[in-house]
This record gives sequence, C-alpha cells and structure tokens, in this order.
Amino acid sequence: MPRVVFTSHLQRHVDCAESEVSAATVGAALDAVFRAQPRVRGYVLDEQGELRQHVFIFVDGRRAGLGDAVRGESAIHVLQALTGG
Amino acid sequence: MPLYVGTRKGLFIIDEGRWTIGKPHFLGDPVSAVLPQGGSIYAALNLGHFGVKLHRSDNRGDSWTEVATPAYPAKPEGTDDKVPWKLVQVWTLEGAGKDLWAGTIPGGLFHSSDRGESWTLVRSLWDRKERSEWFGGGYDQPGIHSICLNGKQITIAISCGGTWQSADGGASWQLAGRGLYAEFMPPERRDDPNIQDVHRLAQCPSQPDVFWAQHHNGVFRSSDGAASFQEIKAIAPSKFGFAVTVHPKKGDTAWFVPAVKDECRVPVDAKLVVARTRDGGKSFSVLRKGLPQESAYDLVYRHGLDVDATGNRLAFGSTTGGLWLSEDQGDSWRCLSQHLPPIHCVRFG
Repeated sequence: MPRVVFTSHLQRHVDCAESEVSAATVGAALDAVFRAQPRVRGYVLDEQGELRQHVFIFVDGRRAGLGDAVRGESAIHVLQALTGG
Repeated sequence: MPLYVGTRKGLFIIDEGRWTIGKPHFLGDPVSAVLPQGGSIYAALNLGHFGVKLHRSDNRGDSWTEVATPAYPAKPEGTDDKVPWKLVQVWTLEGAGKDLWAGTIPGGLFHSSDRGESWTLVRSLWDRKERSEWFGGGYDQPGIHSICLNGKQITIAISCGGTWQSADGGASWQLAGRGLYAEFMPPERRDDPNIQDVHRLAQCPSQPDVFWAQHHNGVFRSSDGAASFQEIKAIAPSKFGFAVTVHPKKGDTAWFVPAVKDECRVPVDAKLVVARTRDGGKSFSVLRKGLPQESAYDLVYRHGLDVDATGNRLAFGSTTGGLWLSEDQGDSWRCLSQHLPPIHCVRFG
C-alpha cells in the first residue's frame, strides 16, 4: 500500500504520523489519511479542497498533484516550500 | 490586566505590575490577532504554508486548543468575482458577550456564537455588489481590520473598502464614511466612500457617536456615528500612520503614532513619538519622553497601539520589536523590550 509521510514541520502543529493507506491517487491517499486524522486536512488543503499554495507533494521523488496516480509501493511525501525568514 | 502582544514569531502575555516579557506562546509562528474575551484568550495564527489557524485558551494561556478556523464557502460557478474565496488572514478579532467577530483578508466578516467552535460568513456584507470595487491595501486582497461593537451596531473598516455599518447586528449594512477622501485615487473616485483606505478605525465606548480614523492620507474624526468624517489637520508631526486608539470615556482624547509618509514609513527625523489630542483634534501634543529620539526606525502597525479600560495606561509595539508602556496617558514611556519579533498587535484585556 502507498505510504504517506508528512514533513516534521507539520508534525509540530498537528499529529500526522506516517501511515499506509489503500489508494490509487494522491488525492485518495490523502483523503484516507484525513478520514483517520481529520485535523490534518486543513493544514494540507485549503477550504476549497485545493492543495495549499506552499505545500508540495512528491511521489517517489517527483513533484505530484492530487490527481496523480500512485502505485502500491509508492512513497508520498508531503512537504512545505522553504520560504520566509 | 495583562498585555497581549502578538508578533511575527509568537504571542507574549505580559502580566500587569512587573511587565516582564515571560515565556512565549506559539514560538516561531506568526500571530496575526489576539482577543481576550469571556475568560478565554483567542489567538489567530497565520502559519503560511499550512494556512490560518485559531486557538483558544481557557486557562490564561497555560494550554491551548485549536478551534475552528473561519472558512469561505465554495465560489458559485459563473460568478465574475475575481477574489479567491479563500481565507488569507484573520486580521482582527473582536467580541461582545457570546458574539465573536473575525475580520479577514480577503474581505469577509465571520461570526461565532459558540466560542470559536464554528464560524459563519456574514453573507449580508459579503454579497454586497459594492464589494467588487474593494481592493487590497498592503495585501493582495482587501481585508477587514477594524470591527467596532456597540450593542446591535457594528462598524467596520476595510483596506480598501471604506467604512460599513450595521444597525441590526449584521443583518444588513450601509456604507458610511462620507467626507473621507483618497488623494491617491483619480479625481472621479477620490470621494467615493466605498474605496477609502482607513488604516484603523476606533470608536469611543462611552461616546459611541465619536469615531477616530487613521486614514491612508490623514486623520479624520466623526461625531455622528461614522456617518460623516471631518479631516483633522492639526495632527503632528505628520499625518501618515496606521494606529489610532481612543480614550474609553473621553471621545476628544485619542492617540496616534505618526510616520513620515506613504512612501517612507519611518518616524519623522528618526525620532519615535506618539501624538495625543485632548480636544477633539484641535491641537496635539507630541509625546516623546522615554521614547528613542535618535536613529529610531520603528513603525507601528494598525493593531500595535492600545489603551486600557481606565484610559491612563497605553502600550504600543513596533515592527522592529520595540514595546513601550505608559501609565500616564502617554506623557512618559517605559521600554519593556527592544528585542521582540516584529509586533503585529498589542492589546489589554
């Protein structure tokens, strides 16, 4: 099953441990995580269900969007852009 | 009465008496607004990457609970509204009794009656056709930064969307602020109340017909409940600034922290001063005792100045992390810190 890993920067704000979920796309994988951990949703997606502007997703090392497919052994990393000071 | 200081990198709750800074809350996170209300403290965070969050403490800051964040509904299909219906920032929080109000960027007013557990967008304002004329001032989108509560009357100010007022608790709204003018606009729009850039609006609680406005191009006062404003030209040493606060009992007494001008937002002659009037703006005292009078480049944001319920104690905080307190209506000032993160808001409560 795909593995979803959140940046440690996000774990500072909300409990979002690494998890394995059954899903065929990035969006479906995140939805599965949000069902188990509802508070995480608002940190990753905005109120319109879109990926926050400065949150990046990588699947197996490549930038990906919510609609992109994932494989059974994929690693989905949810990261933040490094900006500000 | 403690002093709450929201900064770019945390919230500081400073107890009355010793006025020492103490331990930070939300260290590292931008705190855009803070509200002590009904025995609780509300803090709005702007986490940047991870969005806007709202936290509440019911034990004076010993612990915090994340509560609901105001959220915009889905934008209707086919609308020509150019503004994204997404929360950018909680710019101000106000409360009276069980009612909490959040002024936000991009221009929505939200209401909660359950201590922040849920929020409702005030559609009677958001759906006004005049909103299409609003534009950002300092941010990409317009925002509500001032909410003045007086019973059923609610008066708000928007950068840049003028001054709006409800007489029925937010059920309906009227555009107020006749007499404000925007010298930076084309002549045809200069006097349009709907595009005015009031930087901060303050209402005297004991004389609610009296409002003070620090506007983008000057200081204005209203004595008819914000229906109309008159420019106050005696302000010194300059008319530009962001913050204003009014004495809770004396509507003729108000304080400002002037800066040079729009395109040079620093104290005049690098001397940090507070301007005070006690006669409704006919004259001003320029107060500088205890404030840096050499090489000072502090700017005070909209919510960076406050007066307490007695009208004697004031505090203000600057973009360069300076925090000052006065216990004599501004005659003299004591520096509480020169090293805080950039200060967004200060508030007694």
